[in-house]
Amino acid sequence: MELQERFAKGEIEAFETLFRQFQGQVYGWVIRIVRDPAIAEDLTVETFWRIYRARARFDPTRSFGAWARRIATNAALDYLKTVRPDVLLLEDHGRIEPANPAVQSDLCNRIEQAFSHLPEKLQIVARLALIEEQSYEEIAGALGISAGAVKSRVFRAVRLLRRKLKRLGVEP
Amino acid sequence: MNELNDEKLRELLRGAIAPVADTNLKHDLWPQMLRKLDEQTVRASWLDWALIALLPLWFVVFPEVIPALLYHL
Repeated sequence: MELQERFAKGEIEAFETLFRQFQGQVYGWVIRIVRDPAIAEDLTVETFWRIYRARARFDPTRSFGAWARRIATNAALDYLKTVRPDVLLLEDHGRIEPANPAVQSDLCNRIEQAFSHLPEKLQIVARLALIEEQSYEEIAGALGISAGAVKSRVFRAVRLLRRKLKRLGVEP
Repeated sequence: MNELNDEKLRELLRGAIAPVADTNLKHDLWPQMLRKLDEQTVRASWLDWALIALLPLWFVVFPEVIPALLYHL
Protein backbone atom coordinates (compact mmCIF):
# COMPACT_ATOMS: atom_id res chain seq x y z
CA MET A 1 0.00 0.00 0.00
CA GLU A 2 1.25 3.52 -0.79
CA LEU A 3 2.42 5.83 1.99
CA GLN A 4 -0.44 8.32 1.52
CA GLU A 5 -3.00 5.55 1.55
CA ARG A 6 -1.56 4.15 4.77
CA PHE A 7 -1.72 7.64 6.28
CA ALA A 8 -5.35 8.07 5.23
CA LYS A 9 -6.12 4.76 6.94
CA GLY A 10 -4.66 6.18 10.19
CA GLU A 11 -1.28 4.47 10.33
CA ILE A 12 0.87 6.57 12.68
CA GLU A 13 4.17 5.43 11.07
CA ALA A 14 2.97 6.71 7.70
CA PHE A 15 1.99 10.01 9.35
CA GLU A 16 5.46 10.29 10.90
CA THR A 17 7.12 9.70 7.52
CA LEU A 18 4.96 12.36 5.87
CA PHE A 19 5.57 14.72 8.79
CA ARG A 20 9.34 14.40 8.48
CA GLN A 21 9.11 14.76 4.71
CA PHE A 22 6.95 17.90 4.70
CA GLN A 23 7.60 19.71 8.00
CA GLY A 24 10.34 21.91 6.43
CA GLN A 25 8.12 22.85 3.52
CA VAL A 26 5.18 23.75 5.78
CA TYR A 27 7.41 25.75 8.15
CA GLY A 28 9.02 27.61 5.21
CA TRP A 29 5.57 28.65 4.01
CA VAL A 30 4.14 29.59 7.41
CA ILE A 31 7.14 31.71 8.45
CA ARG A 32 6.63 33.85 5.35
CA ILE A 33 3.18 34.69 6.69
CA VAL A 34 3.77 35.07 10.44
CA ARG A 35 7.47 36.10 10.32
CA ASP A 36 8.30 34.69 13.74
CA PRO A 37 10.26 31.40 13.98
CA ALA A 38 8.70 30.26 17.28
CA ILE A 39 5.14 30.96 16.12
CA ALA A 40 5.89 29.33 12.77
CA GLU A 41 7.06 26.18 14.58
CA ASP A 42 3.89 26.09 16.70
CA LEU A 43 1.75 26.60 13.62
CA THR A 44 3.61 23.86 11.76
CA VAL A 45 2.71 21.44 14.56
CA GLU A 46 -0.87 22.79 14.61
CA THR A 47 -1.05 22.27 10.83
CA PHE A 48 -0.01 18.63 11.13
CA TRP A 49 -2.43 18.15 14.01
CA ARG A 50 -5.24 19.37 11.74
CA ILE A 51 -3.89 17.12 8.97
CA TYR A 52 -3.91 14.12 11.29
CA ARG A 53 -7.47 14.78 12.41
CA ALA A 54 -8.64 15.21 8.81
CA ARG A 55 -6.78 12.13 7.50
CA ALA A 56 -10.01 10.27 6.65
CA ARG A 57 -11.00 13.10 4.29
CA PHE A 58 -7.63 13.06 2.47
CA ASP A 59 -7.66 11.72 -1.08
CA PRO A 60 -4.42 9.68 -1.41
CA THR A 61 -4.34 10.20 -5.18
CA ARG A 62 -3.82 13.95 -4.71
CA SER A 63 -0.73 15.91 -3.65
CA PHE A 64 -0.09 15.77 0.10
CA GLY A 65 2.18 18.84 -0.12
CA ALA A 66 -0.51 21.03 -1.70
CA TRP A 67 -3.09 19.84 0.86
CA ALA A 68 -0.68 20.53 3.72
CA ARG A 69 0.08 24.01 2.41
CA ARG A 70 -3.61 24.86 2.25
CA ILE A 71 -4.18 23.71 5.81
CA ALA A 72 -1.06 25.61 6.91
CA THR A 73 -2.35 28.79 5.29
CA ASN A 74 -5.66 28.43 7.13
CA ALA A 75 -3.84 27.87 10.42
CA ALA A 76 -1.73 30.99 9.81
CA LEU A 77 -4.85 32.96 8.88
CA ASP A 78 -6.53 31.86 12.12
CA TYR A 79 -3.45 33.02 14.01
CA LEU A 80 -3.47 36.43 12.30
CA LYS A 81 -7.13 36.82 13.31
CA THR A 82 -6.33 36.29 16.98
CA VAL A 83 -3.45 38.76 17.33
CA ARG A 84 -3.83 42.49 17.56
CA PRO A 85 -1.91 44.33 14.80
CA ASP A 86 0.33 46.11 17.36
CA VAL A 87 1.31 42.76 18.91
CA LEU A 88 2.13 41.38 15.50
CA LEU A 89 4.29 44.42 14.86
CA LEU A 90 6.28 43.93 18.06
CA GLU A 91 6.71 40.22 17.42
CA ASP A 92 7.82 40.74 13.86
CA HIS A 93 11.60 40.61 14.05
CA GLY A 94 11.90 41.00 10.30
CA ARG A 95 10.62 44.53 10.52
CA ILE A 96 13.09 45.93 13.04
CA GLU A 97 15.73 46.63 10.42
CA PRO A 98 14.46 48.20 7.22
CA ALA A 99 15.54 46.32 4.10
CA ASN A 100 16.58 49.59 2.54
CA PRO A 101 18.55 51.77 5.02
CA ALA A 102 17.69 54.83 2.96
CA VAL A 103 14.06 54.49 3.99
CA GLN A 104 13.73 56.34 7.27
CA SER A 105 12.59 54.36 10.29
CA ASP A 106 9.65 56.68 10.95
CA LEU A 107 8.41 56.08 7.45
CA CYS A 108 8.97 52.35 7.94
CA ASN A 109 6.91 52.44 11.11
CA ARG A 110 4.02 54.13 9.36
CA ILE A 111 4.14 51.65 6.50
CA GLU A 112 4.29 48.72 8.95
CA GLN A 113 1.37 50.19 10.90
CA ALA A 114 -0.73 50.60 7.78
CA PHE A 115 0.17 47.10 6.58
CA SER A 116 -0.60 45.39 9.86
CA HIS A 117 -4.06 46.99 9.91
CA LEU A 118 -5.08 45.46 6.59
CA PRO A 119 -7.84 42.80 6.88
CA GLU A 120 -6.18 39.38 7.40
CA LYS A 121 -7.33 37.97 4.07
CA LEU A 122 -5.79 40.88 2.19
CA GLN A 123 -2.74 41.05 4.43
CA ILE A 124 -1.83 37.40 3.85
CA VAL A 125 -2.05 37.79 0.08
CA ALA A 126 -0.19 41.12 0.05
CA ARG A 127 2.54 39.74 2.29
CA LEU A 128 3.09 36.68 0.09
CA ALA A 129 2.79 38.48 -3.25
CA LEU A 130 4.36 41.88 -2.58
CA ILE A 131 6.95 41.16 0.11
CA GLU A 132 7.80 37.49 -0.31
CA GLU A 133 7.28 37.67 -4.09
CA GLN A 134 5.50 34.30 -4.36
CA SER A 135 3.69 33.61 -7.61
CA TYR A 136 -0.06 34.20 -7.84
CA GLU A 137 -0.53 30.53 -8.78
CA GLU A 138 1.28 29.35 -5.66
CA ILE A 139 -0.72 31.69 -3.42
CA ALA A 140 -3.94 30.65 -5.16
CA GLY A 141 -3.19 26.98 -4.51
CA ALA A 142 -2.48 27.65 -0.85
CA LEU A 143 -5.68 29.64 -0.35
CA GLY A 144 -7.88 27.44 -2.49
CA ILE A 145 -8.89 30.33 -4.74
CA SER A 146 -8.14 31.23 -8.36
CA ALA A 147 -5.09 33.21 -9.48
CA GLY A 148 -7.52 35.90 -10.65
CA ALA A 149 -8.95 36.15 -7.15
CA VAL A 150 -5.42 36.53 -5.76
CA LYS A 151 -4.73 39.33 -8.25
CA SER A 152 -7.94 41.03 -7.21
CA ARG A 153 -7.05 40.76 -3.51
CA VAL A 154 -3.58 42.21 -4.17
CA PHE A 155 -5.22 45.09 -6.01
CA ARG A 156 -7.61 45.70 -3.10
CA ALA A 157 -4.78 45.47 -0.60
CA VAL A 158 -2.68 48.01 -2.51
CA ARG A 159 -5.65 50.37 -2.80
CA LEU A 160 -6.47 50.07 0.90
CA LEU A 161 -2.83 50.44 1.87
CA ARG A 162 -2.52 53.57 -0.20
CA ARG A 163 -5.58 55.01 1.58
CA LYS A 164 -4.24 54.10 5.02
CA LEU A 165 -0.81 55.55 4.21
CA LYS A 166 -2.41 58.77 2.99
CA ARG A 167 -4.18 59.05 6.35
CA LEU A 168 -0.79 58.56 8.06
CA GLY A 169 0.76 61.31 5.97
CA VAL A 170 2.62 59.10 3.47
CA GLU A 171 1.90 59.60 -0.22
CA PRO A 172 3.47 56.94 -2.40
CA MET B 1 -4.45 54.43 -9.83
CA ASN B 2 -1.66 54.24 -12.38
CA GLU B 3 0.93 51.48 -12.64
CA LEU B 4 3.88 53.76 -11.88
CA ASN B 5 2.40 54.72 -8.51
CA ASP B 6 1.63 51.09 -7.87
CA GLU B 7 5.23 50.07 -8.46
CA LYS B 8 6.42 52.91 -6.20
CA LEU B 9 4.17 51.65 -3.41
CA ARG B 10 5.48 48.10 -3.85
CA GLU B 11 9.08 49.36 -3.67
CA LEU B 12 8.27 51.38 -0.57
CA LEU B 13 6.70 48.32 1.02
CA ARG B 14 9.67 46.09 0.20
CA GLY B 15 12.01 48.77 1.56
CA ALA B 16 10.14 48.96 4.85
CA ILE B 17 9.36 45.27 5.35
CA ALA B 18 12.14 42.90 4.38
CA PRO B 19 11.31 39.42 3.09
CA VAL B 20 11.99 36.66 5.61
CA ALA B 21 15.68 35.88 5.18
CA ASP B 22 15.79 32.40 6.67
CA THR B 23 12.91 30.07 5.91
CA ASN B 24 14.72 26.87 6.87
CA LEU B 25 13.53 24.80 9.79
CA LYS B 26 16.29 24.47 12.39
CA HIS B 27 15.25 21.27 14.12
CA ASP B 28 12.94 18.29 13.90
CA LEU B 29 9.45 19.09 15.20
CA TRP B 30 8.33 15.46 15.53
CA PRO B 31 8.86 15.38 19.35
CA GLN B 32 6.55 18.44 19.65
CA MET B 33 4.05 16.72 17.38
CA LEU B 34 4.05 13.61 19.56
CA ARG B 35 3.48 15.77 22.66
CA LYS B 36 0.54 17.45 20.94
CA LEU B 37 -0.96 14.09 19.96
CA ASP B 38 -0.59 12.85 23.56
CA GLU B 39 -2.06 16.06 25.03
CA GLN B 40 -5.10 15.82 22.80
CA THR B 41 -5.63 12.18 23.76
CA VAL B 42 -5.47 13.10 27.45
CA ARG B 43 -7.83 16.01 26.89
CA ALA B 44 -10.38 13.74 25.22
CA SER B 45 -10.29 11.18 28.02
CA TRP B 46 -10.71 14.01 30.58
CA LEU B 47 -14.09 14.70 29.07
CA ASP B 48 -14.90 11.01 29.08
CA TRP B 49 -13.95 10.73 32.74
CA ALA B 50 -16.06 13.78 33.61
CA LEU B 51 -19.09 12.21 31.92
CA ILE B 52 -18.49 8.89 33.67
CA ALA B 53 -18.19 10.70 37.02
CA LEU B 54 -21.54 12.41 36.40
CA LEU B 55 -23.29 9.09 35.86
CA PRO B 56 -23.33 7.85 39.53
CA LEU B 57 -24.34 11.34 40.62
CA TRP B 58 -27.25 11.15 38.22
CA PHE B 59 -28.25 7.75 39.69
CA VAL B 60 -28.15 9.22 43.23
CA VAL B 61 -30.31 12.19 42.27
CA PHE B 62 -32.72 10.16 40.09
CA PRO B 63 -32.66 6.54 41.44
CA GLU B 64 -35.91 5.72 39.61
CA VAL B 65 -34.03 5.63 36.28
CA ILE B 66 -31.95 2.60 37.35
CA PRO B 67 -34.65 -0.09 36.76
CA ALA B 68 -35.58 1.53 33.45
CA LEU B 69 -31.95 1.54 32.40
CA LEU B 70 -31.49 -2.11 33.48
CA TYR B 71 -34.64 -3.08 31.59
CA HIS B 72 -33.27 -1.49 28.37
CA LEU B 73 -29.89 -3.21 28.80
